[in-house]
Amino acid sequence: MQESAKQKATIPFWRDERILNILGQVVFIIGLLFIGSLIYQNMKAGLARQGISLSLNFLKGISGFDIAETLLPYSRTSSYWRAFQIGLLNTLSVSIVGVIASTVFGVILGVARLSTSFLINRLAAFYLELIRNLSLLVFLIFWYLGVFLKLPRVKEAVIWPGSIFLTNRGVGIPWGLPTDSYQTFRLILIVGLILAVGVFFLFQSYSKRTGRAPLTTLWTLLTFVIVGVVGWFILPEKPLTFDAPVIEGLNMTGGKVLSPEFMALTSGLVLYTSAFIGEVVRSGILSVSKGQVEASRALGLNGFQTLRLIVFPQALRVIIPPLTSQYLNLIKNSSLAIAVGYPDLFYISNAIQNQSGRAVEMFSLVMITYLMFSLITSVFMNWYNRRIKLVER
Amino acid sequence: MRKTLWIVSLLLVASFVLAACGGASTTGGEPVTVVETVIVEVPAEGAVVAPSGYGVTLETVKARGNLICGVNSQVPGFGYIDADGNFSGIDVDYCRALAAAIFGDANKVEFRPVTAAERFTALQSGEIDVLSRNTTWSLVRDTELGGNFTATTFYDGQGMMVPADSGINSLQDLAGGTVCVQTGTTTELNLADVMSSLGIAYTPAVYEDADSTFAAYAEERCDAVTTDKSGLVSRRTVLADPSAHVILDVTMSKEPLGPMVRHGDDQWFDIAQWTVFAMIAGEEFGITSANVDSVRSSATAPEVMRLLGLEGDMGLKLGLNNDWGYNIIKLVGNYEEVYNRSLGPDTPTYIPRGYNSLYTEGGLLYAPPVR
Repeated sequence: MQESAKQKATIPFWRDERILNILGQVVFIIGLLFIGSLIYQNMKAGLARQGISLSLNFLKGISGFDIAETLLPYSRTSSYWRAFQIGLLNTLSVSIVGVIASTVFGVILGVARLSTSFLINRLAAFYLELIRNLSLLVFLIFWYLGVFLKLPRVKEAVIWPGSIFLTNRGVGIPWGLPTDSYQTFRLILIVGLILAVGVFFLFQSYSKRTGRAPLTTLWTLLTFVIVGVVGWFILPEKPLTFDAPVIEGLNMTGGKVLSPEFMALTSGLVLYTSAFIGEVVRSGILSVSKGQVEASRALGLNGFQTLRLIVFPQALRVIIPPLTSQYLNLIKNSSLAIAVGYPDLFYISNAIQNQSGRAVEMFSLVMITYLMFSLITSVFMNWYNRRIKLVER
Repeated sequence: MRKTLWIVSLLLVASFVLAACGGASTTGGEPVTVVETVIVEVPAEGAVVAPSGYGVTLETVKARGNLICGVNSQVPGFGYIDADGNFSGIDVDYCRALAAAIFGDANKVEFRPVTAAERFTALQSGEIDVLSRNTTWSLVRDTELGGNFTATTFYDGQGMMVPADSGINSLQDLAGGTVCVQTGTTTELNLADVMSSLGIAYTPAVYEDADSTFAAYAEERCDAVTTDKSGLVSRRTVLADPSAHVILDVTMSKEPLGPMVRHGDDQWFDIAQWTVFAMIAGEEFGITSANVDSVRSSATAPEVMRLLGLEGDMGLKLGLNNDWGYNIIKLVGNYEEVYNRSLGPDTPTYIPRGYNSLYTEGGLLYAPPVR
């Protein structure tokens, strides 16, 4: 304490490294704020000169256009805000389907790439190299114009077993139509879910207490399935009737019609992102030292068990951070929907911006929304990453 | 020790932030007043601030040495890049006429292709001086989008094109079908209006630009495609088999197309508007690019002399040279010449004049007197 006081007396503050450090940061922040305010003022002045004022009130206005794919009720008299919500939900549905499917494909690809079978290994390597070196936009347009719009016309639809209709107006699949007892069935399913969670914790505490490894996952799933199946049959009326698509008039009706735009966008995004995830998975698996695999084989675990119990839990730690950025990429890349005409967030915001002339507001809204998506995704992934981190003592 | 230092520095930063904020708001007012040239004081009342800038656009264009014109590049006859890489079409020729009026040189114009979606932003932000891109005149665009329509250069109506073998003869036949349409257009809104008023359920398939809209139609993604009738006629010529497509005999809307300028510069508005009128007046008086020189040397009719800059100072009133009208007709042509060059009987995109004839011939074209 005394020494530092002496030092303080001898070193002038402009040569004191600590003060200089802090001063540097302060100057930097002031500079940043100054530039920020300059940019903002410039924008405001420019807008004022053109007679444009910023406000979000226009979102209450009537949109006037129709949207093909809506998850919420929508008509041409709905507000711009409702149109925006529809875009948001469409982006979300593409992102969720995309993230799940590309993870599954990616893991399969990553494992196949490391397979000892020459054919599987080479095929996976070829696929990964091909897809990773394509432009996503080109890839999407290929899927749209080259694949889904080249399917047969509605009147010449190809029908696969199980009433799957392939046409250039979309892929029709059978879909459940809820009946009167559907509400009750949903309750039963929720009860099943709660029971399954209970079973899960029961088994886990059992395994902790005794050190044995019961088939936790299997029993958890079985509980849920059994409750569901029993519920299905004890209800007087079937909760869902299966509705197969039929060709009627100019288009398909009934069932669920997945539009070519949706199909092209999701298949393009999934195949593209899964190639990158495949490489991430491969690097994660290779990061687990060979001794681990040899040890587990020596213990008598088979190949699949080694992968599931030894390799993957360790590889996951390496995989999660780059995997997060692949997820973020997928979500952000979904804005390429505009190229294939799928009404996602960016596409609908573009339409709103056009019809209302509110470019600055719409672009800000879109940017904030994508930022939120990405931040939420990375917060979740970071939480997961911390959870599976190696506990060091 | 370290802790106190940190607290002190934090306080310092906080005070600086406050100071910076206060400073920003006082200096913030400045850039607004220090714009350029003559500025009329702006009343700060209401949500929309009246913009200023009389004469700014012409000055900018002259200083730059060329005109930047926002055009279409995908609709033959209106705005299209031909096989030689040249722009052609009546919207494009309008830009040339405007350049001729300003510079006396029809080539001092830079064409900037803009999509339907980005056109108004491009105009608002000053990226283009004038928007001449088969744009429909409507109230919202005239007000909220910050633009002014100058004059109608083409009277159009929205139509519907279907494959000839589809058996679709009316909008009612499209019930349950899919219609391809381009986003950010009045067409998109009209389609929703008309179909809902007729109670026809349909699915829209909406695309970003004309090329992808018609590509999807060609792949039979939709049962019909809709846009302005002129657009249908011209796009039909670039489909694989033009004769396999018919345009239904329905007109879904009024589509007056014309050039648009930014709010706030009335001089520029006048120039853009009178360029159109000069072309129409040229046709009214029978002055063509071929005979304009002989007409000029022998003109006696006062109105013709005023248009060609022989009498009065009409051009100077617009802020241009007095021979502006002569230059337009000499270098680009009158309305009829421009029309026939792009949409006449000798072109693949032939559209009968119809409403786009002079008022004396049963059309709607009518130029106010040049006096």
